[in-house]
Amino acid sequence: MAERDPFVLEARDVSVVLGGVRALDGFSLTLEPGLRTVVLGPNGAGKSVLLRTLHGLIRPTSGTVAWGRRNGRPTRQAMVFQRPIMLRRSAIGNITYALSVNGVPEPERTRLAAGALVRVGLTDIARRPARVLSGGEQQRLALARAWALAPEILFLDEPTASLDPGATAEIERVIASIAAEGTRVVMTTHNLGQARRLADEIVFIHAGKAAERTAADRFFEQPASNEARLFLQGELPWK
Amino acid sequence: MFEIFASFGVALGLIGGADPELARIVFLSLHLSLVAAIAGAAIGLPLGALIAVGRFPGRRSLIVLLNALLGLPSVVVGLVVYLLLSRAGPLGSFGILFTPAAIVVAQTLLVVPIVAALARQTTEDAWNDYREQLTSLGVSRLRAVPTVLWDTRFSLLTVVMAGFGRAASEVGAVMVVGGNIDGVTRVMTTAIALETSKGDLPLALALGIVLIGVVLAINAGAFGIREWSAKHHG
Amino acid sequence: MEVNFLRALWHFSVAWIAAATAASALARETFITVASTTSTEQSGLFKEFLPAFRKATGIEARVVALGTGQALDMGRRGDADVLFVHDKVAEEKFIAEGYGVKRYEVMYNDFIIVGPKADPAKAAGKDVTEGLKRIAAAKAPFASRADKSGTHAAELRYWKAAGIDLAKDKGAWYRATGSGMGPTLNTASGMGAYALADRGTWLNFKNRGDLVILVEGDKRLFNQYGVMLVNPARHAHVKKEAGQKFVDWVISPEGQAAIASYKINGEQLFFPNARPGN
Repeated sequence: MAERDPFVLEARDVSVVLGGVRALDGFSLTLEPGLRTVVLGPNGAGKSVLLRTLHGLIRPTSGTVAWGRRNGRPTRQAMVFQRPIMLRRSAIGNITYALSVNGVPEPERTRLAAGALVRVGLTDIARRPARVLSGGEQQRLALARAWALAPEILFLDEPTASLDPGATAEIERVIASIAAEGTRVVMTTHNLGQARRLADEIVFIHAGKAAERTAADRFFEQPASNEARLFLQGELPWK
Repeated sequence: MFEIFASFGVALGLIGGADPELARIVFLSLHLSLVAAIAGAAIGLPLGALIAVGRFPGRRSLIVLLNALLGLPSVVVGLVVYLLLSRAGPLGSFGILFTPAAIVVAQTLLVVPIVAALARQTTEDAWNDYREQLTSLGVSRLRAVPTVLWDTRFSLLTVVMAGFGRAASEVGAVMVVGGNIDGVTRVMTTAIALETSKGDLPLALALGIVLIGVVLAINAGAFGIREWSAKHHG
Repeated sequence: MEVNFLRALWHFSVAWIAAATAASALARETFITVASTTSTEQSGLFKEFLPAFRKATGIEARVVALGTGQALDMGRRGDADVLFVHDKVAEEKFIAEGYGVKRYEVMYNDFIIVGPKADPAKAAGKDVTEGLKRIAAAKAPFASRADKSGTHAAELRYWKAAGIDLAKDKGAWYRATGSGMGPTLNTASGMGAYALADRGTWLNFKNRGDLVILVEGDKRLFNQYGVMLVNPARHAHVKKEAGQKFVDWVISPEGQAAIASYKINGEQLFFPNARPGN
C-alpha cells in the first residue's frame, strides 16, 4: 500500500527510567517507511523498552516520540509480543474483535479477518477456541490479527523466542510477507541467524544507548562499534 | 437427634406429595432470588470491572470500601430499606413495602457488594494480563470493561452464583421489608423462621432441607452450563 | 456468537421482569394491608377466615404479623390500612391521638400460664395473681416476651396486680427474650420456665416439651381484640373503602360466625363479641 503521504516516526533524545533503572538513555532514531529493521543487543540493553516506547505503551521520562505526517493523520501501528495474548473466544473472533475496536463494520470485519487467516495459513482452525491452539499457531494468529489492522508499521518483540524451529520458520515467512506488502517492520530478536535472514538494517543498542545503525550485510561483516563487535563474537558480558 | 431423621421423612413427603403451598413458596423464593441475583449482577459486574480497569483518584480507598461491604450486616440493610420504603419515608409513595418488590430491593442491595468486590478482583487479574496487548490494539479503558467481563465469564458465573446464594439465604431483611405475608411475601427462609417460632421444628427443618436441595440444584445447573460452555468454546 | 447468547439472555430477562412487574401491578389494586399480632397469626385464625372474606368481598387482606406495639407503629407511619390487635389501652390511645378512625371490639380469647409439669413454684390454680406471686417467691424461671406486644402488656399488668414490682424484684429468674410468642415458648420449653401465653398460640404450638397449662380460667385473663381503620385524614393513601369493608365484615354476623367456627382439635379458640351498631 503505497502512501503518497508517508509517516515519519522520530524519537528525539528519549530517556526512560523504570523502577529506578535508566532503561533508555538519550536515544534518538528516525523511522520512515520501507525497510525491515532488527534491533539487536545484549540482555537488558533496552530492546523491549525501546519498542514499547516507540509504540506508545511506555511514556518517555524525557525526550519526545513524535509521529509526523503532512496532513496530520495518525499512523496505524500494531505490535506482536513474545507470548501471544488471546481472548477467550474463537481464533477468528480474536481478529474480528481487534477490527471492531478499530471501527470496522460488518460484513467487512469478517471478510478481512478471514482474509488474514488465509495469509497465515490458519483457515482450518478459524472457529476453534484460540486458547487451545499451539504456541506457533497462536503466534501466527497474533500476526494475522496485527496484519488485519493494515498497520503502516509493525513492531515485533522477540516473536519466535518461545517457539520451536518449525514454527519459527513459519513466523519468519509471514513477517517477510507482511514486509513485502509495504508495512514497515521493526523487530527485536536474540537469534542472530534470524536477524541475518530478515533484516535490511540493524540498530544495535547497548546500555540504553544507540550504539550504531548499519545496513544488515555490512553489520555482520564489519560492525562499526566496539560493543557490536564484541557482541557478535559472543564476548559481550550479560548485564 | 431423632428430629433430624423425622425431618428428612417430612421433607420427602412434602416433595413427593407436591404440596401446592410448598411449591408456591419455593417458586416465589427462587423467582425473587434470581431477579435479585440478575439485578445485582447487572449493577455489580460492570461496577467491579470499571473499578478494576479504571484509574481515578480514591480508587484504592474505593476498593477497600468495596471489600469491607462483603461483611455488610443484612439486618442493617433490612432496616434501611424499611425506613426508605415506609409510607413515612422518602420512597413511600411507591407503595412497595410488604410486597415482593421490596424483597427484591433488599436482596439486590445485599448482592451488589458481593458481586462487585469479587468481580473487581477477577477482572483486575485479567486486565493485568491483557493490558499491554489490548492497549496496543487501541482498546480504551472504557472499551476494555465488556472485554474483560466477557473473557472472565466462567469465573464470574461463580461470582453471580455466590450472589444468588446470598439472596436466597436471607431471612432478617426479607422478614422486615416483606412482612412474611402468607401467600404474598412468604418465602422459604421466612417460612422456616415462622415454623421454628411456632415450635414445629420437624417441618422447619424439612423446609430447610428442601431449600438447600433447590439451591444445590441451581448451582449444579450453573456448573453444568460452565462445563459445557468451556468444552465448546474454550 | 457470544453476542447472540447475551442478546437472548437480555431479552429473556427483560421479558421475565416485565411480566413479573405487570403481575404485581395487577395484584395491587385489590388488596389491603392488615397489621396484626404474631399470636393471632400463629393461632392460625387468619388462614381460616381470610378466604371467606375474599370470597365475600373480592378483596385480598394481606396480614403482616408483628407485636402489638410494632403494629400500632405501622399504623402511625401509614404502612397499614387496618389494625387488628389486642391491647385496649394502647388502641384507645391510638384513636385519641387521631391515628385511627374508630375502634370496634371483635373477639376475645384468653391467656394461660404454662410451666413445667412438676410445677416447682406450686403456681397451679385459677388465680393469676396468686400464681405469679408464687413464681416470684420461688424465683422460678419465667420467660417473658418483653417485646411491646399485647401479651407483654397484659403480663406487666398482671405482675402489677400481684403487687410485684418487677424493676425491684426482677432477678436472674426473669428471662426477657424480646421475641414473639412462639420463640418465647420455645425458650420456656428449653429451660423449664413458666410463661404467660395466649391460648391460640399454645394450642398450635408443637414443641411443648415438659410444659403444661397450670393457670387458667381467671376472668382477668380475658384478652380482648379490637379492629381499627387507619385514619385516611392522616394518611391519604390508606385504602379506606376496602379497609372499611374489612372492619365491617369482621364485626358482621358472617365474620363473627367465621371466627367462632375456628377450632383446633375440636376446641374453639376465639369468642366473637362484637356489638352491632357499636
